[in-house]
Amino acid sequence: MTMTEETPTQAPASRDASNWARPVDRLSAEGVVGAGVDSVTGKRVSGPLQGFGQLWQKTFRVSLDGSSMSPQEVIAIWKDRFPTFWPNTGKFYAPLAGIVPGEVALLDIDPIPGSPIKFSTGVMVLYADDESFTFINPEGHALSAWITFSAHRDGDVTVAQVQALERTSDPFDEIGYMLGANRMNNRFWEQTLENVARHLGVETPIVDSQVLCIDKRRQWRRVTNLRNSATLRTAGHTLTAPARWITRRG
Amino acid sequence: MSATSVALDRSGAVATMRIAGDVTSASEGELMAGYTRAIEDGANAIILDFSGLEYMNSGGIGLLVTLLVRAQRGGVRLLASGLSDHYREILALTRLDEAIEIHEDEGAAVAAVEV
Repeated sequence: MTMTEETPTQAPASRDASNWARPVDRLSAEGVVGAGVDSVTGKRVSGPLQGFGQLWQKTFRVSLDGSSMSPQEVIAIWKDRFPTFWPNTGKFYAPLAGIVPGEVALLDIDPIPGSPIKFSTGVMVLYADDESFTFINPEGHALSAWITFSAHRDGDVTVAQVQALERTSDPFDEIGYMLGANRMNNRFWEQTLENVARHLGVETPIVDSQVLCIDKRRQWRRVTNLRNSATLRTAGHTLTAPARWITRRG
Repeated sequence: MSATSVALDRSGAVATMRIAGDVTSASEGELMAGYTRAIEDGANAIILDFSGLEYMNSGGIGLLVTLLVRAQRGGVRLLASGLSDHYREILALTRLDEAIEIHEDEGAAVAAVEV
């Protein structure tokens, strides 16, 4: 897996330096094994400021009752086994080097479970330390977002958390979000946390969800994000499938 | 890990928030209180001076986004100064530099506001 790195100007000396990805102009997912489509290579990252839709801050937490693990131990397991905690509505092709800053992973997402429609996209590991790691999405992803996975102590209990700061990337995705994709997205992270908690021995995990719209305005100047839309590209690919099938049969 | 401190200076309609120590998700109270105080004092431009910044994680960057959104909503101009090369790189990496004006030092930021 490689990245197109910009020339570093000066060696950073801050104590968080090794936790952040190096600056990149364009992402590259070459070398990720197993993914069918790479729709990430050549794209820039796209955080919440680059998105189109309303800005949401979503926080999901689960108490790891009965587990004696420290936050650092939880995060080590979460990084190591990340793909196995994903709900079955998506597939995560982890970077060969693991969840470390600057690595790129590819994703296949099934918006309608069981259907042949798949969105192919990815994430870059923006930040990682012993108690947290953060992904940022590439252009073309339905969400312009970063998502932080973390663990902390709350009294005698370790709590695992997912926090997303996200906008939909373009008007098409925003409509989908209003029609139910927002709720599906929430459920996705709740299921992820349930899977983490079960793996760590919690029999009946209860996920606490806080979903806040922190900016109701839509960023209309970002309507041009449509040109990168993985959603539209996938829809086009699906709609033209019969024509391709006929052509192949001659 | 050291605590976040935010000291506020005001000159006309320009306020400077001097941010020192560690900026993480635990810094929300200090940062938002500083911002609110600056607005209540009548500032329409706020310089975030990071000369004393020692550490910032992704939770801290998330708080900067929240601050930017509040500023955009309120019509407040947000500028940054005193960033080390490392933190400039992080703002570029996260594309926050597209939404916040970055200046070498506080003097340059004040001059930019007064132009």
